Amino acid sequence: MSLAEFFAMGGYGYYVWGAYAACALAIAAEIIAVRARIVAARRDAGDGGPAR
Amino acid sequence: MNWFRFASPASFFPLAGRLTPWFSAAAAMFAAAGLYLGLFAAPTDAQQGDAYRIIFVHVATAWMSMLIYLVMAFWCAVSLMFNARLAAMMAQALAPTGALFTALALVTGALWGKPTWGTYWAWDARMTSELILLFLYFGYMALRHAIDEPRRADRASALLALVGAVNVPIIYFSVKWWNTLHQGASVSLTSAPTMAAVMLTGMLLMALAAWCYAIAIALTRVRAIILERERHAGWAGEAVLAKAAQ
Repeated sequence: MSLAEFFAMGGYGYYVWGAYAACALAIAAEIIAVRARIVAARRDAGDGGPAR
Repeated sequence: MNWFRFASPASFFPLAGRLTPWFSAAAAMFAAAGLYLGLFAAPTDAQQGDAYRIIFVHVATAWMSMLIYLVMAFWCAVSLMFNARLAAMMAQALAPTGALFTALALVTGALWGKPTWGTYWAWDARMTSELILLFLYFGYMALRHAIDEPRRADRASALLALVGAVNVPIIYFSVKWWNTLHQGASVSLTSAPTMAAVMLTGMLLMALAAWCYAIAIALTRVRAIILERERHAGWAGEAVLAKAAQ
């Protein structure tokens, strides 16, 4: 099987890779968002929190 | 060992931090094995061609969308019954991940439906009840967000989540109770699997990866929530400063 055949997915490439890409993007975005949230929470807690 | 010790956010915070890397690593390993089986090892399907390979992400996300809701409703029940702060925080941490998996189940399902059924969407019982699940997650998060006082937000949103839990068995049994475009269950505990072993193994590995990912991300989010909600409690600042000093 060639690389081109693999990416073509028997003509269903758009649907198959679309589904996998949607999952990959959503999970990557969630990881980035949660990391940013805990970094911000750590900073605020270390300061004693904003607006005490 | 006294397990109830971990019902306190202050003791659970470091435990969650220690557990997270293990679940992250397990998620990555299961996903790598599952993707290898699903995209390379499993043969092309005789009827659906390669379009069926969407199953490896669709089933895992759809299972997680329902399971996370049940776990969230469980923590909501615990928080109401025992007035437990950490249980409410766990529910709060699970909701966005549950909503994400629900949205992914709908998107991957649509992308699978187009080449096999000829349509991205139909108002059949399975899809409609899954869409309602997404709105339940949104409703839970919106209600939390709308109430400023955290403990009141805990109670109101927990009640909403518990009432909404009735939708989960409806989703699960919809393919039996109604005549749906969506196919029936392919995997059952009471009968032999109807698909090839390599496909089933790939699907289960992807489901395990989704489990471990959901646990890792929810544990990290709950740590952020603990810090956000307890930052005036003294211990939170100390924990962060102690970590920084290491």
